[in-house]
Amino acid sequence: MFTYYLQLGFHSLKRNPLLTALMIFGIALGIGTSMTSLSVFYLMGSDPIPWKSDKLHAVQLDNWSKEEPYRTPNEPPDQVTYLEAKALMEAGKADLQAAMYKVVWPLQPDNAEIKPFSSLGRATFKDFFAMFEPPFKYGNPWDAAQDNEHARVTVVSSALNEKLFGGQDSTGKKVRLNEIEYTIVGVLDKWQPRVKYYDLTNGAFNDSEEYYVPFTTAIELQTRPSGNNSCWESSKPGWDGYLASDCVWIQFWVQLNSQAREDEYMAFLNNYVNEQKKLGRFARPLNNRLPDVNEWIEAQGVVSGDAQIQVGLSFAFLIVCLVNTIGLLLAKFMRKSSEIGLRRALGATRGQLFTQHLVEAGVIGISGGLIGLVLTWLGLMAVRGLYADLYNVARLDWVMVLTAIGLSITAAVLAGLFPTWKACQITPAVQLKTQ
Amino acid sequence: MEIRPILSALMRSKVALVLIGLQIALTLAIVCNALFIVSQRLQLMSRDSGMNEADTFTIGSLGFGAGFNIKTSIEEDMAMLRSLPGVAAAAPTNTVPLSNGGWSTGVSLKPEQKTSTASSAMYFVDEQGLDTFGAKLAEGRFFTADEITFREPGDNSWPPVTVITRALANKLFPGESAVGKQLYFDNEGAPQTVVGVVERMQVPWIGFASDEGPDAEFYSSFVPQRVAFGNFGRYLVRAEPGRRDEVMKAAEAKMTQTNQSRIVREPRTLERIRAEGYQEHRAMTIILIGVIVALLAVTALGIVGMASFWVTQRTKQIGTRRALGATRSSILRYFMTENFLITSLGLALGIVLTYGLNYWLMANYEAQRLPLIYLGGGMIALLLLGQAAVFGPATRASRVPPAVATRSV
Repeated sequence: MFTYYLQLGFHSLKRNPLLTALMIFGIALGIGTSMTSLSVFYLMGSDPIPWKSDKLHAVQLDNWSKEEPYRTPNEPPDQVTYLEAKALMEAGKADLQAAMYKVVWPLQPDNAEIKPFSSLGRATFKDFFAMFEPPFKYGNPWDAAQDNEHARVTVVSSALNEKLFGGQDSTGKKVRLNEIEYTIVGVLDKWQPRVKYYDLTNGAFNDSEEYYVPFTTAIELQTRPSGNNSCWESSKPGWDGYLASDCVWIQFWVQLNSQAREDEYMAFLNNYVNEQKKLGRFARPLNNRLPDVNEWIEAQGVVSGDAQIQVGLSFAFLIVCLVNTIGLLLAKFMRKSSEIGLRRALGATRGQLFTQHLVEAGVIGISGGLIGLVLTWLGLMAVRGLYADLYNVARLDWVMVLTAIGLSITAAVLAGLFPTWKACQITPAVQLKTQ
Repeated sequence: MEIRPILSALMRSKVALVLIGLQIALTLAIVCNALFIVSQRLQLMSRDSGMNEADTFTIGSLGFGAGFNIKTSIEEDMAMLRSLPGVAAAAPTNTVPLSNGGWSTGVSLKPEQKTSTASSAMYFVDEQGLDTFGAKLAEGRFFTADEITFREPGDNSWPPVTVITRALANKLFPGESAVGKQLYFDNEGAPQTVVGVVERMQVPWIGFASDEGPDAEFYSSFVPQRVAFGNFGRYLVRAEPGRRDEVMKAAEAKMTQTNQSRIVREPRTLERIRAEGYQEHRAMTIILIGVIVALLAVTALGIVGMASFWVTQRTKQIGTRRALGATRSSILRYFMTENFLITSLGLALGIVLTYGLNYWLMANYEAQRLPLIYLGGGMIALLLLGQAAVFGPATRASRVPPAVATRSV
């Protein structure tokens, strides 16, 4: 019976190809537009590390000026000072912890064929790798002793390993950064979090680093941050003055494996700040925070207002497309009144007619949905072209494909339901009389 | 044209009326608000940065290791760049407008002031800075060569003179000339004397201190210092008109060749920096224009489709009316008026939806109230669109011969 209805449906659609095309095109355009914006929106805000995002916390301490908050109404800074980074690392009260900052160094390859280039890196502690879980292809992270000794060691990205060593196991080899030689202890596999959540201050959609070196080493080499540095008062002259200042330039992350651990850590932070207050620092009221990954992404406004407006407008557009299709389907079914009356008179039940027309509406909806998926894919390519930064979030992921298919079927059924119901209300007698 | 018979005919197909009306209403709401956003973004992007963007480019130098002498490297590079054929002017600078990276500082008027009066972007340049940026001096003078110093790493003091933009001058010293006045970049340090005012210079960040008004994006100060960040130095070069690309290549080649213990960082034209700076706004503009066009197309095609159906459905009635003496033009007018009525009803609902959407945007995204002109323009445009869309089917209706009435189906 279903295939018969399908045949009837196709026959009816073929009778008026232009109108059919119009209805399918309408649904496809609506689905394409709304799914494009929804995909970007969804991937921008989606959890980049779902299996442990509630255990990873950014540390925020309010060391800002007594006179005004870091950001209104009363937001603490999004980074910490060197003094705090050092103290919290030494205390080691969290399950895992790492201070980190962005560095840009010239990389001088031994291979004369590769010209020196400036290269993005991160100075951090060994726990970085355990917390954010980048996959290792060769070797391991450095260890605690190497953190303490300011060792000249590094973990490099798979892209850098490809570039310098043709992708082979390069552990034990040397890489020269800003005239200093580092021994490679680990090589990462491909790793590019969609949102670079561990350093939102310096760009949520930036590339991941080409190398990682111990934080202590970068400090010993007096490396100033290449990322954001914010001060509410001038620091004292020189490198030591800078380290002792209230300038914030370090991202600090901790892993806390339970709510109890989180409470303990918060108590520890409050206690630390209260001790500092006695020394004349931290003039603002206690305002320490431990947002987890998702709270952090939300607080830092990773999903832009524009992306949200685009989702709102594109769904309004989808509604217009649906209303349009409902109107056209309705007109079409009404025009078939006499045919429907005849079939009713010949013994078709309302249920059968309902199924028949729903199948016809379904064909339109599903074709529209499939074309809509293709349009979504094209739309996402266009978004990548328009926003260079969104390369990692403007892509079709399987949740979105399923959503698109679900949305188009729902849309089609919604669009088809009312006209179908109306068509079934037709009384056979009236229609036959006008014949 | 009698409106009542059309209305009573419409009332018999309420569903179709509601559907088309709803479609028109939503279209009006989306188109008006989207167009408003587009026009605001275009306005934002068309602002003059205050500098010569057509002939300028930046180029950077990143030296190797602790032994690298950045101070002499900057001096040598400046001498080389200034002697390069085709170069009109060159100066070291820490940043340029729209590049989205730079240095900002609170500016105070008194040393004991607790919160600063304004935030200003800092441009560290030498005596050729004004000429290289192509900025216009409004009052006073720019720096002289003997005022220029090198900012040692970790030095946090400020030199005794500065040149500020007119926007910043108006904020700090409203109603009076800023030249000769004093201000504090660091209110624990010595004051700076304003020696000149430039007409206009945008800060590096789009949307900088937006809560202080649109002028805050033009609060900039020039500092008479050469500055380096570690081993990194940046230069701005202004070529003679039309020679930018050629000069840029020559500068890169020459810099690479003169000093081997560094990397010459990718030269970038100000045109490219502007395009990248406004990327988000440009993308939003393009996306919204795409949505507007698609929406109008869908709505127009929908009207054509519906009207065609009505015409076909009513062929017999049209024939009867023609047989009873109605002229072609009265049939045409019937359908045009019908569309006019439906569209008007839709637009009435559309006004509510338009301001509803505008309210949502204002509440959540710092949008502004939609000016009435957009609503008026949108309504007229949609009325015209409806009339244009229905014209084809209506013409077809008017061509139905009276003889149709006599035929049985």
